[in-house]
Amino acid sequence: MNLTLRIWRQKNAADGGRLVEYPVNDVNPDMSFLEMLDVLNEQLIARGEDPVAFDSDCREGICGMCSLVINGIAHGGFRGTATCQLHMRHFQDGQTITIEPWRAKAFPIIKDLVVNRSAFDRIIQAGGFVSVNTGGTPDGNAILVSKDASDHAMDAAACIGCGACVAACKNASAMLFVAAKVSHLGILPQGQPERERRVLNMVRQMDAEGFGNCTVTGSCEAVCPKEIRLEFIARMNRDYARAVLKARS
Amino acid sequence: MILDAKVPPGPIAQKWDQHKFNLKLINPANRRKFDIIVVGSGLAGGSAAASLGELGYNVKCFCFQDSPRRAHSIAAQGGINAAKNYANDGDSIYRLFYDTIKGGDFRAREGNVYRLAQISVNIIDQCVAQGVPFAREYGGLLSTRSFGGAQVSRTFYARGQTGQQLLLGAYQALCRQIARGSVKMYPRTEMLDLVVIDGHAKGIVVRDLITGEISSHAGDAVVLATGGYGNVFFLSTNAKGCNVTATYRAYKKGALFANPCFTQIHPTCIPVSGDHQSKLTLMSESLRNDGRVWVPKTKGDQRSPDQIPESERDYFLERKYPSFGNLAPRDIASRAAKEACDQGRGVGPGGLGVYLDFADAIKRIGEDGIRERYGNLFDMYERITGENAYKVPMRIFPAVHYTMGGLWVDYNLMSNLPGLFVIGEANFSDHGANRLGASALMQGLADGYFILPYTLADYLATSKQAKPSVNNPEFKKVEQDIAARTKKLLSINGKRSVTSFHRELGKLMWEKCGMARNAAGLHDLLKKIPALRADFWENVKVTGQTESLNQDLEAAGRVADFMEFAELLVRDALMRNESCGGHFREEYQTPDGEAKRDDEHYAFVAAWEYQGEAKEPVLHKEPLPYEEVHMTTRVYK
Repeated sequence: MNLTLRIWRQKNAADGGRLVEYPVNDVNPDMSFLEMLDVLNEQLIARGEDPVAFDSDCREGICGMCSLVINGIAHGGFRGTATCQLHMRHFQDGQTITIEPWRAKAFPIIKDLVVNRSAFDRIIQAGGFVSVNTGGTPDGNAILVSKDASDHAMDAAACIGCGACVAACKNASAMLFVAAKVSHLGILPQGQPERERRVLNMVRQMDAEGFGNCTVTGSCEAVCPKEIRLEFIARMNRDYARAVLKARS
Repeated sequence: MILDAKVPPGPIAQKWDQHKFNLKLINPANRRKFDIIVVGSGLAGGSAAASLGELGYNVKCFCFQDSPRRAHSIAAQGGINAAKNYANDGDSIYRLFYDTIKGGDFRAREGNVYRLAQISVNIIDQCVAQGVPFAREYGGLLSTRSFGGAQVSRTFYARGQTGQQLLLGAYQALCRQIARGSVKMYPRTEMLDLVVIDGHAKGIVVRDLITGEISSHAGDAVVLATGGYGNVFFLSTNAKGCNVTATYRAYKKGALFANPCFTQIHPTCIPVSGDHQSKLTLMSESLRNDGRVWVPKTKGDQRSPDQIPESERDYFLERKYPSFGNLAPRDIASRAAKEACDQGRGVGPGGLGVYLDFADAIKRIGEDGIRERYGNLFDMYERITGENAYKVPMRIFPAVHYTMGGLWVDYNLMSNLPGLFVIGEANFSDHGANRLGASALMQGLADGYFILPYTLADYLATSKQAKPSVNNPEFKKVEQDIAARTKKLLSINGKRSVTSFHRELGKLMWEKCGMARNAAGLHDLLKKIPALRADFWENVKVTGQTESLNQDLEAAGRVADFMEFAELLVRDALMRNESCGGHFREEYQTPDGEAKRDDEHYAFVAAWEYQGEAKEPVLHKEPLPYEEVHMTTRVYK
């Protein structure tokens, strides 16, 4: 396959950035999308040009490091698939592919396609945990959790923190990410003692980071590589209202 | 040098309890006076940094990823072992200990392994309390499943994402400490060297991957939790960023590197699809519960699998190992697949693959039954290969997966350099020559949550070292060395990319020091690796500058260290004139092709000491006395 790539190039945070066109030839359909970019980078290095910077690590869809907007869709638009698991057989010979970074005020661009997602870490630091120290915990079977609750919590806990939900949202809202953690811990008995303070603190931090609000368009759910459901946002809204009312009474 | 493992005396079941009592403590008010450096934020590093922060130490934690939540522990699928005996099927601490020692082919240290089995039960309790959503039975109790190499059901799991959930548990505990201010996190920061002052580890020098700034960090102790070195083979199931730099640099500063030739090849990975391949993807071992492994009986049979009749198929694992069949341990299943491919009977591109066929299981329990058990794995297989494994057999091939070797540590997880602790996959201690499934997560968390916090305190309390400072000239010297090396890498401006060198090194290693090794091949590598390394330092082309994000430069530094480390691995493989676990020397096998261990001459830990550029390292031996378990031959026939 021969392709034309239009890639966002930006030297650093201060640079304005622009789309630059690169032809790539002899692409093997069995390549992953990132391997195709590896091939481009090898060609750029051979020509003495600066290779395209992009994030990736595990390349098996679980670490959440990869982050590309491909033809306008975060992770490229294949259901339940992160960029690193997207393969070239889904593209056509002669196609032009536009590749951009996550775009959100709270995810400033570092270079080319690499963005700073530390806002997510700070949201978890604000309360996305159960406050237990190491040691002194009861026997694992002393805490009963129904299979349904455990499965439901796991659906939310599967979030890989990639940020595609933010990139896809017209408001750059982080609600799906925050709701996934609030729900994971809020559904389980272990998370109950801190249920109210957790949701209040995490939402406060989310707002402070500059993420937008949720208008329930569902674009986050559509691009999520782990298919985290919109229902968790509803659940978080309910938890939030409950916490606010409890705090007032 | 005498290697003292410092395994405490007394009956094996009481060693750790007695030792914990004997270890010195640090008063809570004094803990904040100690600065502890933790490098790596996976299960071992993340759990250690969080636990030390909770205790009140002043912790700095470093990782090269953009967030500590992305360490490669996250990719572990299957589960975590613990001797809870919830299944009432005869499990016990002693049985987990025994299985681990036997699975490791009698090359692990008894005392450490027993402690690991003891602590396994606490890990589950800890993780449950953190809110890890382990699989549950309808009654609300924890669910377990069985795994390779064991006859009991002791593996706890969270769907096929156990590593992710355990890591997020540790990450969240770490986040809580970061918010409290007891841990300072340095993401996108890579350790480039260890600083040793008066024989003690006193700090590290790092590069900020965004700004390129080189800086020093002093600490009363340094903890390396930097994972394994599987990427020396270029293609492995490790993440792209996994590297040997931290542990190899520590080795060059005097820490001993133990058993580097013990590398684990996992039998069920998705085969290579072409020269562009950047990494390999593991398919969970659990697939072998229902899939049957086969190749055509005749060489070069090009027919599609559905055209090959039953009588012309060779179900080689079932044929060779009738009692374990398709569930033979990892090392044995991998070698059998290689043997079939070497005979020209491999399938798929290049003949490097064997079938894993679910047709019989689908007949037995239906497609839905299989989907329920392995649906996510079948989806992943289809995403990568474009093939529907419900209709055509999967193709699998072995790939490098885990490294049992690592920096030498004593019972306290401290290396021979006082003040340098090594935990998780980065050390060598618990898995011998072969790791059992679902034991890596167990070891990482045992080290970080429950062992290091005790043993580190004892070092701090007894070593009476002066407070280290980055103003010590040794830090400046190391910074200058790094700056000079970086400048050199950028100035070569040759013709070949970093990746092309890494790929060539990996190919050499895989061909001659991979699943099977022999003296001639290893001698050949000892000529070819130095030649390739010399070529690297003359012909590599590294683009960009050092003062900004430069992924090419990051890769160049890591590959430069792999180029040196590969030679050490080969030397270790050549020294070990026996076959055991993941180390298979073709000269040492039984007439029917099984591994032949030599307990009389090789029941020791091989710990290598660096001697300087272009000098052969010196071998130190730590004997492995087996007081509890009788050494036997592993038989799976």
